[in-house]
Parts: sequence; structure tokens; C-alpha cells
Amino acid sequence: MSALTREETEALIQEVLEVYPEKAKKDRAKHLAVNDQAEEQSKKCITSNRKSLPGVMTIRGCAYAGSKGVVWGPIKDMIHISHGPVGCGQYSRAGRRNYYVGTTGVDTFGTMNFTSDFQEKDIVFGGDKKLAKLINEVELLFPLHKGISVQSECPIGLIGDDIEAVSKKGAKEIEKPIVPVRCEGFRGVSQSLGHHIANDAIRDWVLDKRDGQAFESTPYDVSIIGDYNIGGDAWASRILLEEMGLRVVAQWSGDGTLAEMENTPKVKLNLLHCYRSMNYISRHMEEKYGIPWLEYNFFGPTKIAESLRAIAAHFDDTIKAGAERVIAKYQPMMEAVIAKYKPRLQGKTVMLYVGGLRPRHVIGAYEDLGMEVIGTGYEFAHNDDYDRTMKEMGNATLLYDDVTGFELEEFVKKLKPDLVGSGIKEKYVFQKMGIPLRQMHSWDYSGPYHGYDGFAIFARDMDMAISNPCWSKLVPPWKQQPEVVEAAELPKAA
Amino acid sequence: MANIMVRKDAAGAYSFYLPKRDLEDAIVAMEFDSSEKWGGEIKLNNGGAYYIEPQLPPARFPISLRAKRLDAAE
Repeated sequence: MSALTREETEALIQEVLEVYPEKAKKDRAKHLAVNDQAEEQSKKCITSNRKSLPGVMTIRGCAYAGSKGVVWGPIKDMIHISHGPVGCGQYSRAGRRNYYVGTTGVDTFGTMNFTSDFQEKDIVFGGDKKLAKLINEVELLFPLHKGISVQSECPIGLIGDDIEAVSKKGAKEIEKPIVPVRCEGFRGVSQSLGHHIANDAIRDWVLDKRDGQAFESTPYDVSIIGDYNIGGDAWASRILLEEMGLRVVAQWSGDGTLAEMENTPKVKLNLLHCYRSMNYISRHMEEKYGIPWLEYNFFGPTKIAESLRAIAAHFDDTIKAGAERVIAKYQPMMEAVIAKYKPRLQGKTVMLYVGGLRPRHVIGAYEDLGMEVIGTGYEFAHNDDYDRTMKEMGNATLLYDDVTGFELEEFVKKLKPDLVGSGIKEKYVFQKMGIPLRQMHSWDYSGPYHGYDGFAIFARDMDMAISNPCWSKLVPPWKQQPEVVEAAELPKAA
Repeated sequence: MANIMVRKDAAGAYSFYLPKRDLEDAIVAMEFDSSEKWGGEIKLNNGGAYYIEPQLPPARFPISLRAKRLDAAE
């Protein structure tokens, strides 16, 4: 089932909104829209970045998730202290699969959890002493760490601890940078503000630390910004850039180090993958250091070729030739992948509901496989994200912002996509409804999906999910109609 | 007063960015845009209006400025 008309989609939204009380209905209606490519401004038809309504099921995170989980967490040679009660750090530990190279616990700390484990007395008497002690303990136990970030959890802001003072004092004692980050979970409406706060902390405490220092630069220095190396994504991107002749100075922040971040102001171009979480620092570097930034998209061969050419356009002819060489080199490999999977996936429909960049970035990859995205939405996007999305999506497709559990389920029931791309919280709900789901946050423990190598894995995974024989076996034999039994036996997985 | 950032794209058009609200929009009209005087009342694509103290045109873009909100479209 695909290609609803505009009226049908609008009717669908109205039908789903029917169950809400009047006030909630009015509010939620603003977050659901029918795409219109002709529309220049998303804010005319969709509202985003607003507080979720109490009582509806949202899957948003908090500012701490945006700062510690997304932006700071993957920086591998720093120790990120979850300052506050133990749960926030422990339940988010190593969940995002930000791959890195190094010996965990010796010179890298990506999958470890450091927390000040607040108790009642710390709330009553303040946790500053505990933090100071923790900093010294960290220095004693892990002398090879390159710096510390203090990621505040909610109580820190509520009781008014002065983590900045403790950090400054501690940094003098251990002679390493300590960055206090005021990313208390209650700030903002979603993790999006956490990204902003984290970017501002990097700007204020990290970025200018090597200004004026000598740096052996080349005219081809770039940095990868906003790639968190989930399942190795940043590596799959990096090799393409290096093959075309660029030098990648820094990876922000997947498999990244503190030194790389401090060297970033020396690059010639910032390549921005996740616009939502790191546009802030790119804008800052553009203003302060005059480094232009460019959004790129490494999902699917069409978008990769487009992006490689756009990147090369910022450099001289050797890089331009390099880009063409890279595109030509991978062309046969991509043709083979498409030849294998496109016949199996042609015409299948997908609905997406993910976070910062994927609801629009992966559309091209699905289209390369002959699939059609019929609905997409963001957890925590802002208007500028929807401005960009509306051009990517087909006319009369469905857009949903901060969609509630109920709405997404109803949309999926009505639109009956062949695949849903979302997260773990949605996965089993939809699979029990008989609709395959791939997690598009963690690549369902597969990956990488970026780059040419990633596309081959992406295509295989999507085929695995959709063509899995289990989807025809969901109705138990005693409930099956006789003709359905025959139909289920017919298709043999090729 | 709000901190804003004004960018100039490759085509020479100005864009407006308000970090506090993550608001990015095109500037459709600017009161003064000459070599002696730059700024004044600016109009955004979304209907909002801000006022930048008229000044000499900035040497390079993007630039962070203080601006007064005259009429925000929200």
C-alpha cells in the first residue's frame, strides 16, 4: 500500500487525532503534517522542538543524554564523570556502540562508567567534596587519561553545586583539562538542548587551547564533525575522504580524542554529518576561525557521489579528480549490491522515526534500493531540519514530529509499510504486529551503514529484515484459513 | 537584546541565526546595506523583525551581533 493522496493522508491524521481530548488534539495536530515539496518553510505546516505533553508516550531523551551520551561520551581518551546518582550513567553505559581503538581502562575509557554515585547526604550537604575526591581518584587509578568532563545530572542543578570551581581547582592539581558541563536533564525539551550545551562547553573549555601553537598543516585538512562512529560509521566515511586525497585531522566525536578536537581549528573545511547535534560548533568555528562548513550525506551511492563532489568543489583539481576516482572505483561494487537486492526490495515501503539526521539522510539509501519512504519524523528536530526534510520526501507523505506511541502505532496500522526504521522501544511492538523493524539508532547491532562499504551492509540488513520467512508464520496453524496455508508454503526464500 | 549571528552565503544573501532559540532564517530585507552604513531594521523570511545598530559593514562574515527584537513571528 503506497501513494496516498493528500486528502487521504490528511484524513488519516484527523482519524488518529480523534481519540485525544480537545486540548491535546489541538496541540498534537500542529506536530503532524502532510509533506508538500512546494512549501518553502516547514514552520507553516509543522511545529517542532516543543515540550512533549504530559500523558502521551514520547521517546525523547534529556539534556544529559544529548551531552554525555551523544557528544562527549565517544571522546575516547577522556573520562566522562556522570556527576549525580548512579543510574543515569549506568543505564546509558556503552549503549550507543561508539566504536573506538584503544585499550579500555588504560588509555581509552569509552565503554566505562564513571559516576559520583550521589547519596542522600550528598544532596543535603552538597557534592563538591565528593567530586574533588573523585577527580583525584581518577587521576590515581587511570593516569593515562587526557582529561575529564563532568556531566551534570539533574540534582547538581537543583542543589546548586559549583562544579566549575571544583573543575578549575582540580585541573590545576592534576594539570589536565577538566570540563564542567551543565547538562542537567531537566534543561530543555529534549536531548537537543544537551547537544547545544555540550557544543558550548567544547567551545568554551576545549577549542581554543592550542590557538597559536605550531601545527603542520596541509591544504587538504578536513575534520569529520557529527559522526559518532556507531558500528564503525566514521571509519567507513574516513577511508573515502582519505582515498580522494584529503587528510582527516579530527573525528568528532566517534573514535575521537581530545587532541584532535583541539587541533580542529587548524583545518580548512569542516564536514558536518549530524547537523542537529554539531552545527553549533561549526558555526562558531566559521565565525572565529573562518572555517567553512558543509553538510554531507554518506548514506547510499547516489548521495555519497553527490556529497563527494560537493566536498571536492571546495578544493583544487587533484581532489576533484580524486573524488571522481573514488566514485568510479566503487561503482561496480555498488552496481552489484543494487543488482542483488533491488529486485527483492523494489517497491517496498518504509516508515522512519529516528533522531537527528537519519529521518532525512537515509531516504536516498532506501531509494537506491528501489524502496519508498512513506512517512518520516524526528524525535527532537527543529524547524531547520524539517526545512531540509521536506525537499527529500515525496509529496503527500506523512511527517510526524515527536510522535507519540499511540500515533505511530496507528499510522503504521493504517499505512501498512513493509518496514519500519526506528528504535528498540518500537521494535517489538511492531514486530509483534507482524511488521519488520530495523533499529536505525544502533543499526540493530550491525553496521557500519555510512559510506560505500556501509551501503552493502545496509542493503543486506534491510533485505534480511523484510525477506525473513518468519513474517508469514505469525498466524498459528489453527487460526489460518485453508488458502492462507497454501500461500504461506509457496514462497521459498531464494 | 539578543545575540544573533549573521551569515552571508555564496550568492551574497544574508541569513540570520539566533542561537538561543536555534532559529535559522533568511534575511529578506535590511534597512541599510551600503559601504558606509549597514544594519538597521532587518526583516526575516518568517515574518520576524529585528534591529541591529547601524554600523560600518563588517569586514567578514559570519559575525555575532546584538540585536533588538522588534517583532518575533512565533
